[in-house]
Amino acid sequence: MTEFLESATLAMLGLAGLLALLRVGRGGSLPDKVLGADTLILVLAGGVAAGAGITRDGTFLDALVVVTLLGFVGTITVARYVERRGARA
Amino acid sequence: MDLISALLMAVGAAFSLLAGVGLHRFDDVFARMHAAGKASTLGLLLILLGVALRLSELGPVLKVGLVAVLAVITIPAGVHLIARAAWRAGTELADATVFDEVSQRRFDEF
Repeated sequence: MTEFLESATLAMLGLAGLLALLRVGRGGSLPDKVLGADTLILVLAGGVAAGAGITRDGTFLDALVVVTLLGFVGTITVARYVERRGARA
Repeated sequence: MDLISALLMAVGAAFSLLAGVGLHRFDDVFARMHAAGKASTLGLLLILLGVALRLSELGPVLKVGLVAVLAVITIPAGVHLIARAAWRAGTELADATVFDEVSQRRFDEF
């Protein structure tokens, strides 16, 4: 049962990442793309965490902190860019 | 214990999947933010809780706690920034919009 749940976890995270990527590709306005990228980074962080949980070793948890903070900094930077540039893209 | 943490991780991944689905379900940026911002945060927290249950030594568990606290602080702030930037950039609202609270403008035709 646990093996099934673990593979289901990774499968769902992969699908979520795909959906977020689709939103970035198909995004109507520029902020849609920014939102898709932000969600993609969070799904990535979830994937790193799930990977650490499944393999039960804590080596990747440092990378998880970096991914979470970089996602935040990236979102801020792009939000400032969107604010000045307008949303017509 | 392993089953509980695997279950938590699966439910967390399901919420992340809902965030992804929410991105496509709604038809303007601001509605999509509701789904993406909230569901991905909850999904990440549940996965982190599942991971914390599995780790044995204290060090990694503290790191997982740190990531959880950072996520709860940074993700809503980030999504709020996108919302403000999107509104200032003048993205067009969905045609189902009736009343724009920020600019106090009415959209209904009749």
